[in-house]
Amino acid sequence: MVPIAYYLVLSAILFSIGVAAFLIKRNIITVFMSIELMLNAVNLAFIAFSRQWSQITGQLQVNGQIFVFFVMVVAAAEAAVGLAIIIAIFRARNTLNVDQVDLMKL
Amino acid sequence: MNSDLHLWLIPLVPFAGFLVNGLVGRKLPKALVTTIALVASLVPALQVAAIVTKFGSLTLPYLENHGAWIAAGSFHADFAFQLDQLTLVMLCIVTGVGFLIHVYSVGYMAEEQGYWRFFAYMNLFLFFMLTLVLAENFLLMFVGWEGVGLASYLLIGFYYTRVSAAKAGMKAFVVNRIGDFGFLIAMFLLVAHFGSLSFSEVFSQIGAHPEWQSGFLTAIALFLVLGATGKSAQIPLYVWLPDAMEGPTPVSALIHAATMVTAGVYMVARTHVIFDRSPLALAVVATIGVATAFFAATIGILQTDIKRVLAYSTISQLGYMFLGCGVAAYSAGIFHLVTHAFFKALLFLAAGSVIHSLSGEQDMRAMGGLRKKIPITFWTMTAAVLAISGIPPFAGFVSKDEILYQAFLSPNGGKIFWAVGLLTAGLTAFYMFRLWYMTFFGERREPLASHEEDLAPVHARSDTKLVLEADPHAHPVHESPWVMLGPLVILAILSVIGGFMGWPEALGGSNWFGRFLEPVVAAAHPTSAGGGNNSLELILALTSVAVAAIGWLFAHILYYAKPGLPARMAENLRVVYTLVKNKYWVDEIYGALIVAPVLFIARWLLGVLIDRVVIDGGTLTAGYTAQGFGALIARIQSGNIRSYAGWLALFAAALLAISYFGWTTHFYLQ
Repeated sequence: MVPIAYYLVLSAILFSIGVAAFLIKRNIITVFMSIELMLNAVNLAFIAFSRQWSQITGQLQVNGQIFVFFVMVVAAAEAAVGLAIIIAIFRARNTLNVDQVDLMKL
Repeated sequence: MNSDLHLWLIPLVPFAGFLVNGLVGRKLPKALVTTIALVASLVPALQVAAIVTKFGSLTLPYLENHGAWIAAGSFHADFAFQLDQLTLVMLCIVTGVGFLIHVYSVGYMAEEQGYWRFFAYMNLFLFFMLTLVLAENFLLMFVGWEGVGLASYLLIGFYYTRVSAAKAGMKAFVVNRIGDFGFLIAMFLLVAHFGSLSFSEVFSQIGAHPEWQSGFLTAIALFLVLGATGKSAQIPLYVWLPDAMEGPTPVSALIHAATMVTAGVYMVARTHVIFDRSPLALAVVATIGVATAFFAATIGILQTDIKRVLAYSTISQLGYMFLGCGVAAYSAGIFHLVTHAFFKALLFLAAGSVIHSLSGEQDMRAMGGLRKKIPITFWTMTAAVLAISGIPPFAGFVSKDEILYQAFLSPNGGKIFWAVGLLTAGLTAFYMFRLWYMTFFGERREPLASHEEDLAPVHARSDTKLVLEADPHAHPVHESPWVMLGPLVILAILSVIGGFMGWPEALGGSNWFGRFLEPVVAAAHPTSAGGGNNSLELILALTSVAVAAIGWLFAHILYYAKPGLPARMAENLRVVYTLVKNKYWVDEIYGALIVAPVLFIARWLLGVLIDRVVIDGGTLTAGYTAQGFGALIARIQSGNIRSYAGWLALFAAALLAISYFGWTTHFYLQ
């Protein structure tokens, strides 16, 4: 039985990589991918806790796993909308560099 | 038994006329405007006439209360009117002379723009003036008092496109405000001491306490006097009246000669119960009166504008009325008010007729020789000049003599008052006959160069006819229409016979007028008791007639027999001449001592320091501070997604750290 800490550490590492990539990368597709990475790091943590909780109570606990499904659904929707936005931005500005997409500046 | 007199209708009918003409008069045909204005001034006159016919059967004072206006605890001020002998006299003057002047205005203002506006203001004036004289308490009287000031302001500035007229209106308003301040303080004192502003209540309280002498009553009386000097153009607040001549001439006749300016005299007579208890206040009234009478008469001697001569003459005659009141001869003061209303209204209207016939010329130096050309104006004006100069048996002689006689009998400095008053009578005769000779005798003189802009805007119109009709040479000299001459003739008759109402006993009369007013204004303890008898009065009367005749004689020599003499005399008496010619520089002195400092404080201390530095500075500082902080924080919103994400990650990490380690390092160190 792999201790839960291993999963959590892996989850934290994945999340940190996602955050770092989000902050560092300029290409908007890469940024998008780093968001997916963060989401899946969280999913991993959910699954790990779900299993841990089942072991402690001696009954099957599916709350965490159901939550993962929600996250995946949201991520899928987000990917659809997000890619559409990316295409629209590319058409409008001819670039995928996030630093040049600062329309919300005051 | 009192039948219902409906006194409230007297002021409200002119008010209705004001509303109609003021609101929709612009769109109404001229004939309708005229009808409305005349009806609105005739109805009160008829109602007053009806009251006169049944006056003998009334129980006086007749009171009419139309409910509470202000009620606060035990204090209340009501919409209350009263009618007694004094009110009746004032009502007759205001409605009678008022109606005549309305009729006259129909002719005088016929060519003016803003015809409807003029009559709306005139009706408004009647409303407030009638409120003033009918009021049963100080507060309602004050409403009328302020209202006539407003109407006066509007009518002085009637030709509002002329800067001088607008300024004159403002001057009248501001100077009157100083007087009104005194009236207000007097009312505050009355409320503080009597808890009421009703005439009957205050006077009965004073009557019930014979031990109240001087003290606070003097204070109240002196503040009332301040109010009266403002409204009645007495020293020190007389300066607005000469400038008020910027208004149309009928306005000068109605407001600035016959009615409004006598409100101060009326007020002193009305509140004489207070003044009777305060010898000091009475002495102040008499001194102000006689000083003003003399001072204004000297200025009047050298004025060349026909209306300004009459304006200073009005101030001077008002001084006589104050003198009468100041020696506690209130009925004499009111009597002079009545006769003065007749002959001064006549003088102004006749002067207006002269100005009208000369197409706007007001400078007497450009008149002369008009006797044959405008005979009716000439004869009516002659009646008025004789009346004001105190030539018997004209009206002014009787009333002025009554005042001088009462002043002579007054125990405190009465002889001095009498002597100055007598001298003033001589001056009055002089300057009035000067005006008479300069206007009607000799040869027609050419207008002086470079004063075309001073022409009164009679016939003024904005179309091309303006140029033609305002040109003094374009029109031949013409007599005024009968709608103007009619009032002149009626007033002339009144100026001739008006004096017989109060014909003194010394001359075989019965002084009916004095007896009529006695129930209202009889002094509680006459200061002029004793020493008077018929032969003394006769001697004094003869003296003043002699003085008036001397004044006439001087005017005759200087302005008729030897026309070159005045210029030589001016040469020899250069200092005096310059002093008087410049009206003693009173306007300039007031300007330097009062107006300039007030303007300085307003402009620099209040305008710049308080307004711009403190108030503007305060609000601007608050605004800029908020804006500055906003700009500082707005820099966070770079629009760069990665910077947002960076902040998010940073603070998420910080929150995580805090939730794990706590706020202090205390936990960590353990």
